[in-house]
Order: sequence, then C-alpha cells, then structure tokens
Amino acid sequence: MKALDDYALDGNAIGGLLIEVFGTEMTTATGTCASCGAVRQVAELVVYRSALGTVVRCRSCDAVLMTFVHIHGVTCVDLQGLASLA
Amino acid sequence: MARTAVRGRLTWQTATVGSVTDETPQVRTLSLEVADWPGHRAGQHVDVRLTADDGYQAERAYSIASAPGEPLAITVERLDDGEVSPYLTEELQPGDFLEVRGPIGGYFVWEPDFGGPLMLLAGGSGVVPLRAMLRYQGLVGSSVPVRLLYSSRSWEDVIYRAELDSLSDGVEVTYALTRSQPPGWTGYARRVDQPMLAEVAWPATQQPLAYVCGPTSFVEAVASGLVALGYPAGRVRTERFGATGQ
Repeated sequence: MKALDDYALDGNAIGGLLIEVFGTEMTTATGTCASCGAVRQVAELVVYRSALGTVVRCRSCDAVLMTFVHIHGVTCVDLQGLASLA
Repeated sequence: MARTAVRGRLTWQTATVGSVTDETPQVRTLSLEVADWPGHRAGQHVDVRLTADDGYQAERAYSIASAPGEPLAITVERLDDGEVSPYLTEELQPGDFLEVRGPIGGYFVWEPDFGGPLMLLAGGSGVVPLRAMLRYQGLVGSSVPVRLLYSSRSWEDVIYRAELDSLSDGVEVTYALTRSQPPGWTGYARRVDQPMLAEVAWPATQQPLAYVCGPTSFVEAVASGLVALGYPAGRVRTERFGATGQ
C-alpha cells in the first residue's frame, strides 16, 4: 500500500480543468493560501483527483485551497481556501 | 474577435490514431491527427477522454512526446490497474478515434531562450515531456548544453533508448537502473540520491535550469536534492505523475 502522498499530483495535472473553469491558462497563476499565506504558482500546488472530484492543497500547510466537483455536467468550484489567485 | 474567442477555448476534439510504436513492453507511442491542431510547446500535455458504452467517462493527462512543429504524439505507460492506459496501449489501433483537448500547460515548458545549462531529470515515463524538450533543442539547433539523468527500473524499461543513444554531443545522458541491470553494467544501479545528484547535475554556480518529471516520490526527492545543492527553487520546475509504480 502506497502512502496517500504517493498519489498526490500537482497543479500541472489540472491545467485543462482550470481552463474549463477560468477560460484561460492558470498553472502559471499565483495562489496565496488563506491559512498560512504561502504564495505559489498553481502548478506547484498539491492535487488529489478522484472520481468524486478534485482537491487542491497548500504545499506548505496542507490546507484545502480549492475543490472542484462535477455534478450532472456542471463543475462546482470552491475557492475559499485562497486569499488570492492572480 | 469572435474567432479569437473561439480559438481560446479548450474544447474536446476527435483525434485519429496515426501510427502506433512500441517503445518497451509496457509503453507505446501514439501519433494523433487532430484537425486544426494549433501547435504546442515542449513540455505541454493533452487531456484524453474515454467514454464507455454506458456513458461513464474517464479522463487522463498525457505529456506530448513530440517537439513543437512535429505532429502530435503521446507516449503512454500501461498501468495494470489503470482505467485508461490499458486501452490506449493494448486496444487502440491506427485509424481509431480518441477524444483529446489541448495543448495544456504553461509552467512545465521549455523555450530555447530560457538559457542556462539544462538539467533534465526523469523517473520512468517522466522522460516523455523531457524528450519533447530534447527533440526541440535538436531541431532549433540550440547551443544550450544539456544533461539528462534518467531513472528506470531496468534497461528494458528505458523509453526512447535508441533515440537517446543517438543524441548530439551537446547532450549527456546518464542512466540509473534501480531494479535490475544488464550483465557488465557499470552505471548507477540504485535510485537517484544526493551523492548521485552531486556527481551528475550541473553545479549550481553555472545557473542551470532544471526540469524534474516522474512519480511523485521521485520528484519530491530529486527537487529537494537539487535545492540542497544550491539550485534556487524557482529554477527547478516539477511535474508529478502520482504513483505510477516506478
């Protein structure tokens, strides 16, 4: 059994999903964690994908930054863990 | 303006499988023909979507194996418990169709004017986007010196072996074979570790630019190792494939 972290991807893997949601390439955008203030490019964030949806976590403090869930063809987006995304 | 808006959107397109090339017993390269392919950058990927008869869909990202200017190709490693890769590597035939969207990604990309000696580090199928960079470097006649450190389970698992053997003098390739080695092997016979990085990687004083791609555990170990050698974190670009069994 591999550790959960072995299954972690990074923000590169959700470049397509992010274009779907934001309409533009976002992996080079900068995200600021609302919990610890860490500033990183989206490509460097920790990403877990499953059939249920996608969770993006801070690489510094592990806080949840973004979640994406697909229901009936609609993508529900929660960005409350981010102080900013630019 | 309307045309610009439409071109900027990422839409699923039908790709026709052109040729199929076996790279290793587990790995296959598919050339894909997509109408109006806009071109791609070295290091980008495409999303591939499969739809089952009952409507269930599975989506995966695959690195583009070809250089900018070359026809689109992806290289896929078969994961025995995978939902998508067994189909791509065992079932799909030339002339079959596939849904793709892309190109995707602006972070793990290389352009000739990025400068620096180039330090490429691959774990298993993590070599795929780095191969696109190597081909591009050759095609544009870039004088940037390149080193590739490529960790693979065995000699048989080395992807693009013939091509890597025939690279120009400006490219040095070092292999680390982690599980088994051919008779008479004198190269590294272990996972990439700190002493190996210190021996193979460009010294940080030369201001190298590093690209690290492979299973997550490989990327974590290598990227932190490079930073420990003095590479600024901003000069180490990473792409993690998750747990791919490397």
